[in-house]
Amino acid sequence: MDGRWMICLLKNLLRVFLLLTAVSIVTFWLMKSSPVDPLQANVGQAALGSMSREQVAKLEEYWGVHTPPVEQYLSWAKDFVRGDMGISLLYRQPVTRVIGAKLANSLFLMIFAWVISGILGFALGAAAGMNQGKPVDKLVKGYCLLVSSTPAFWLALLLLMVFGVWLKWFPIGLSVPIGMEAEGVTLADRLYHAVLPALTLSITGVSNIALHTREKMIDICGSDYMLFARMRGERGWRLFKHYGFRNVLLPAITLHFASISEIFGGSVLVEQVFSYPGLGQAAVAAGLGSDLPLLMAITIVSALFVFGGNMVANILYGVVDPRIRRGGAAK
Amino acid sequence: MKRLNRRQRVLLGLGVSVVFLILICVAGILSGEAARVTDFSRKNLAPCGKYIFGTDWLGRDMLARTLKGLSLSILIGILAAAVSAVIALVLGVASAVMGKWVDEAITFVIDLIMGIPHILLLILISVALGKGLKGVIVGVALSHWPSLARLIRAEVMQLKESPYIQIAEKLGKSRWYIARKHMLPHLLPQFLVGLVLLFPHAILHESSITFLGFGLSTEQPAIGIVLSEAMKYLITGKWWLALFPGILLVVIVVLFYVAGESLRKLLDPGSVHE
Repeated sequence: MDGRWMICLLKNLLRVFLLLTAVSIVTFWLMKSSPVDPLQANVGQAALGSMSREQVAKLEEYWGVHTPPVEQYLSWAKDFVRGDMGISLLYRQPVTRVIGAKLANSLFLMIFAWVISGILGFALGAAAGMNQGKPVDKLVKGYCLLVSSTPAFWLALLLLMVFGVWLKWFPIGLSVPIGMEAEGVTLADRLYHAVLPALTLSITGVSNIALHTREKMIDICGSDYMLFARMRGERGWRLFKHYGFRNVLLPAITLHFASISEIFGGSVLVEQVFSYPGLGQAAVAAGLGSDLPLLMAITIVSALFVFGGNMVANILYGVVDPRIRRGGAAK
Repeated sequence: MKRLNRRQRVLLGLGVSVVFLILICVAGILSGEAARVTDFSRKNLAPCGKYIFGTDWLGRDMLARTLKGLSLSILIGILAAAVSAVIALVLGVASAVMGKWVDEAITFVIDLIMGIPHILLLILISVALGKGLKGVIVGVALSHWPSLARLIRAEVMQLKESPYIQIAEKLGKSRWYIARKHMLPHLLPQFLVGLVLLFPHAILHESSITFLGFGLSTEQPAIGIVLSEAMKYLITGKWWLALFPGILLVVIVVLFYVAGESLRKLLDPGSVHE
């Protein structure tokens, strides 16, 4: 770890911080420009109609309707950093608590799908890349094309139809059995309910990583060391293990860290179909129900995950590949 | 029949996809009226000879509804892709030509937009514009350019190092002249391919966001709305409501991919061998 590498890391951190600030500003600006009336959203139209003008003026002052946007933003950001993200209008609870509960559900789902799609996509991509032009390659390519043109929500509907409604193998929604006390829910119940959503997410997540791995693998197969190994008579599994696998692993892993945003987007749709009470479903509910504090907080939390993933990808490159660690700063 | 060579096969693929897409658009526009007609004497029919896609709980012909929805989605997708591609081209070239600061700023914005999950960004824009049709169109149109802009920027960066651009610079040509006379013609093929390959993304995102309930009203049967209505009736065993519209949607997206890839092979024959 030399000094340059540390500076590079610090630069990365600073950039993530700047980006997060920018995301919060953009989100705030978008929410600010929405036609949702803060008074009506918080008090309710009926209550607002029956109030006297003085009461309305008082409420306007309380919600800060007439303070300039910049001040509004600053006070919101200050509270946000302190951990006070406001009160969710839909759930009538502090946003932090809502997000905490939903995030736990979603993370469960997303990590599962992320790992499965990573392993499966890597295996498929590597197999296709090693056998470029052969039937395996064509099969994988066709599969990827099909999957990447299938909307995640339709795939979820399809699986729900087949496994939930027809075969009745899996429950058709929610993350726990209906009508059960919270204490009685076992881990097995949770897993059982997460199978279909996680399966959907894994299937859709495969295509990206598989195509990327395939491309890198083809590059590697064209390299001199690969040619030399083939000339020495190495083939099949040994060739893959010693020359292909080690070289293709790093780009694949970094891409997978950088693609967290897609898993996140997919989870929004999948959770909606399966009525899975996660962060994505909360985002949709917040958007439809004009729950601005919750929506803003979810955006920033998800951006945190995406930027975190990108940064891990950058750091991984540096840690594993000394050339980047030394040359990265200069480049 | 004589075996076709690769160029002819590619042309055939391109032609078939384009014709099919135009057919769907025209059929959708023509079936606008049929998609709204309700008839309770024929509700909840499973697919049969007369109604190949079946009918829904109001007795509306699902085939007409699907076609209408798809044509709407295709039009929005084309509009969105065109707007996004132009933004990408302008920013990509500006980022590479106009000096370090502009480049830094544009890269920052690209990172920024890519940092928010796409669906979430669409929800945000839709809420900001009042959850109407406008929100969906503007959202889809304004959120697809970053990836293409990144590609174009990388390409321009590479171009700047090439001898003929360097010579043009040494000859004292202005940046604007070089961008217009030397870079744009070179970028055009990639721009066209990128434009076509933006369609599938735009359509998928458009259908996703309408599926979630943003934007279009139930009067306008966009494909996402057709599918989200189908979801409510799924439990009762009406599988055809979700199955056929979805399959057609997937076919459309695949066709756009095929068209884009064929175009790439035609414009850049070298890429076939990569």
